[in-house]
Amino acid sequence: MASGAADKLPTAHKPHGLGRWLFATNHKDIGSLYLWFAFSMFLVGGVLALCIRAELFSPGLQFFQPELFNQLTTLHGLIMVFGAIMPAFTGLANWMLPLMIGAPDMAFARMNNWSFWLLPPAMSLLLLSFIVPGGAAAAGWTLYAPLSVQLGMGMDLTIFAIHILGVSSIMGAINIVVTIINLRAPGMRMMNMPMFAWASLITAYLIIAVMPVLAGAVTMVLTDRHFGTHFFNAAGGGDPILYQHVFWFFGHPEVYIMALPAFGIVSQVIPTFARKPLFGYSSMVYATSSIGVLSFMVWAHHMFVTGMPATAQLFFMYATMLIAVPTGVKVFNWIATMWQGSMSFETPMLFAIGFILLFTIGGLSGVTLSVAAVDVQLHGSYYVVAHFHYVLVAGALFSLFSAVYYWFPKMTGRMYVERLGQLHFWWSLLWFNVTFFPMHFLGLAGMPRRIPDYALQFTDFNRIASIGAFMFGLGQLIFLINILYSLRHGKTAPQQPWEGANTLEWRLPTPAPYHSFSQPPQLETAENGVVLSMRDGGQV
Amino acid sequence: MSCPRLCGSSAAWLILNSTAVHGQSAALNLQAPATSLARMEYDLHTMLLLVTGAIFLLVLAVMLYAIVRHRKSVGHEAKPFHENTTVEIIWTVLPLLILLAIAWPATRAVLNQKSTHGEDMTIRITGYQWKWRYDYLDDNFGFVSHLATPRAAMAATAVRPEHYLLEVDEPLVLPTGRKVRLLLTANDVIHSWWVPQLGIKQDAIPGFLRDAWFMVDKPGIYRGQCSELCGKDHGFMPIVVDARSPEDYARWRTARLQQLAASADDPSKVWSLAALRERGEKVYGQNCLPCHQASGKGIPGNFPALDGSPIVNGDKAAHIRIVFHGSQRNPAMQAWGKQLSDTEIAAVITYERNAWGNNTGQLVQPAEIRAVRGGSG
Repeated sequence: MASGAADKLPTAHKPHGLGRWLFATNHKDIGSLYLWFAFSMFLVGGVLALCIRAELFSPGLQFFQPELFNQLTTLHGLIMVFGAIMPAFTGLANWMLPLMIGAPDMAFARMNNWSFWLLPPAMSLLLLSFIVPGGAAAAGWTLYAPLSVQLGMGMDLTIFAIHILGVSSIMGAINIVVTIINLRAPGMRMMNMPMFAWASLITAYLIIAVMPVLAGAVTMVLTDRHFGTHFFNAAGGGDPILYQHVFWFFGHPEVYIMALPAFGIVSQVIPTFARKPLFGYSSMVYATSSIGVLSFMVWAHHMFVTGMPATAQLFFMYATMLIAVPTGVKVFNWIATMWQGSMSFETPMLFAIGFILLFTIGGLSGVTLSVAAVDVQLHGSYYVVAHFHYVLVAGALFSLFSAVYYWFPKMTGRMYVERLGQLHFWWSLLWFNVTFFPMHFLGLAGMPRRIPDYALQFTDFNRIASIGAFMFGLGQLIFLINILYSLRHGKTAPQQPWEGANTLEWRLPTPAPYHSFSQPPQLETAENGVVLSMRDGGQV
Repeated sequence: MSCPRLCGSSAAWLILNSTAVHGQSAALNLQAPATSLARMEYDLHTMLLLVTGAIFLLVLAVMLYAIVRHRKSVGHEAKPFHENTTVEIIWTVLPLLILLAIAWPATRAVLNQKSTHGEDMTIRITGYQWKWRYDYLDDNFGFVSHLATPRAAMAATAVRPEHYLLEVDEPLVLPTGRKVRLLLTANDVIHSWWVPQLGIKQDAIPGFLRDAWFMVDKPGIYRGQCSELCGKDHGFMPIVVDARSPEDYARWRTARLQQLAASADDPSKVWSLAALRERGEKVYGQNCLPCHQASGKGIPGNFPALDGSPIVNGDKAAHIRIVFHGSQRNPAMQAWGKQLSDTEIAAVITYERNAWGNNTGQLVQPAEIRAVRGGSG
């Protein structure tokens, strides 16, 4: 395959040492940086969550005063969204997209370096804010004005961090869009691309569309705080609800920014382990696109209790309910892919099935929340906390685990330890449910979210949730151990470790060479990136 | 807390503190509805639960069947079909029809929630950090409702009362069988007034008025909490509605109006230092304590200390100014002139100037506050 390609390059160089990472322009190195960064932020955000659960283990104030508690919830949310989930998906896209579509690298290699290296300073600002006078931002990850206007300088650091994070993710997204549009190998039509590429493409468009909106919202908070504007101050002619509209116009598509790549991953993993082509590929593409479009039209369902007129409530209720249709189509397609398959249950498949199961629960509780009249009882309660953790932990995080296990052999040339991977899955599945399922009941029973102390009737389920959270957190160490061990001592992976995998990345040697596809391969592809034949495509 | 201890103590706790000890079982559903609105929401939720539950079970069943039967280890061969237009149309249209079936009652419920006209009485609710003010607009009186659970009960060791964190000093007293219209607003940040059994949650937004309504079926005490993060003491902003029969309510109203007339402060009264201090300590406890703390030390980094503060120990006029008008620099310091009477402000300033290590010996009379109020137009 690599017939003479190496000879044609002047230097088949692979940089070494610190410079390899600091000045990285190779999509695989940058992808790895993203993934490691995201995982470390996942641990930091997870520790904050465990602090929250420790405090909520019993009624009363045990470990944290309310002001610090609010900082913990705020930073947990911000770090998980912007530090863990989003960079992890960007990292995966960086790593896998060029391999899956036959590109030499990402389109803008140096911009890629910059978009990664903006993340550590941004996250440092966020973490630094814990130690400034007044502490970190304490208005929830939504940073609602006017509360966020009241806070101390931790809020300013947060705003600055969000600006930097926004720049980073927009650059990452532009890179993904341009790579997919321009650098596909001959023979890879758009309607043949792997679903992961489609999902990444649509996600990238969402990011480009909404990150500036968030930047606008927090900039208005910043000028309200320091420059005498009154965007959100009714006494000065502003409107506190304006902030929520602007924020959720970003925030709702953001939910799908964290969900669509997961759909893409699962659409690669399920066909592989069912040994069947993805069912309804084109309807998957259309469903994903329509979810992307609809996600812009439903933002105010986060604001049903702000007191909008009945007509507005009805519009946003109908539009929100409508999202269930394409989402349902996707779930049915995955199950139809499994149906009459020849399934095996390696760790990536387990996480993908876990994803479908739990994401369905999250989606169905979303239908319940979409009904404005019922949302009156559930808004701002623990029911919402349960709902979005089913979507974001069981959705985004489980799919990420699935992806890492799935592509680990290709990335590293070694197999992970299957038994540990399976243990990680079953452990996570069990304790995830122990943690978050009771939160539905807490919300129904009337427990508001974001409170550091609660009435006695909420004690039982909070205890269960706290125990679950600690065990779930502990289980993630299994993953870390597995990865660290396998990187060094894992069995050598074959080029094609999964019998049913048939996309382009598996045509490359394992581990994926430092420079793949220095010449575009001539492809003949089918739906979902299935490679029918391939000629040439040099690597170094 | 170490993990073994955590697990051990919780296991013991689960065995010991079963429902009998608390007298409250862990609820699995919405609270028992006490208004037509809450009943409607309850029924709608039940319907949604049944529909979504059925869908989930169906999805689960098909998936489990495939997982059990269509696996490689039992020798199942993959059938490489990958499209079927008929089923795809069915599973797009069927969910649409289900959603339409849900949308019909949901729409009626939304319209019902929003029909606030034809009220028998109107209450204005104002959210403050961190308390609720209730104004009976028809009778032109009002009061502030504070958390009544003592702060000591939040310490890890304390014994907690039955309605821990859900009790207030002054509940909102209302008649049953009357359509009550609520007008909600807030003074500082957004709060949200939520009483589950009454089926109401409505944000209270500074500078804007929102409305909502309910009609309570039968007498009882209904409890809720603020449900929009409103800062430090968000978790300590309970709502208690005391619904009484119309006759009981009428008696309460008469007594309340008489009591108000009797205890109204005379703003021209001249007070002694000791009396003002005593009154001021109460005002401080209800209004200033959450931020500046009982010790007057504040919360470093968030809320300044009053003990030893140059403002409190310095020029009286500056002290009055900041209490009355709030702080431009730190919006968390409210303009208390809008919330407290002249006597209350005079009392709390006097208290602050003579409490903890502060020993100015100065007192501020209500007349001085009235002068500021008059001057500020």
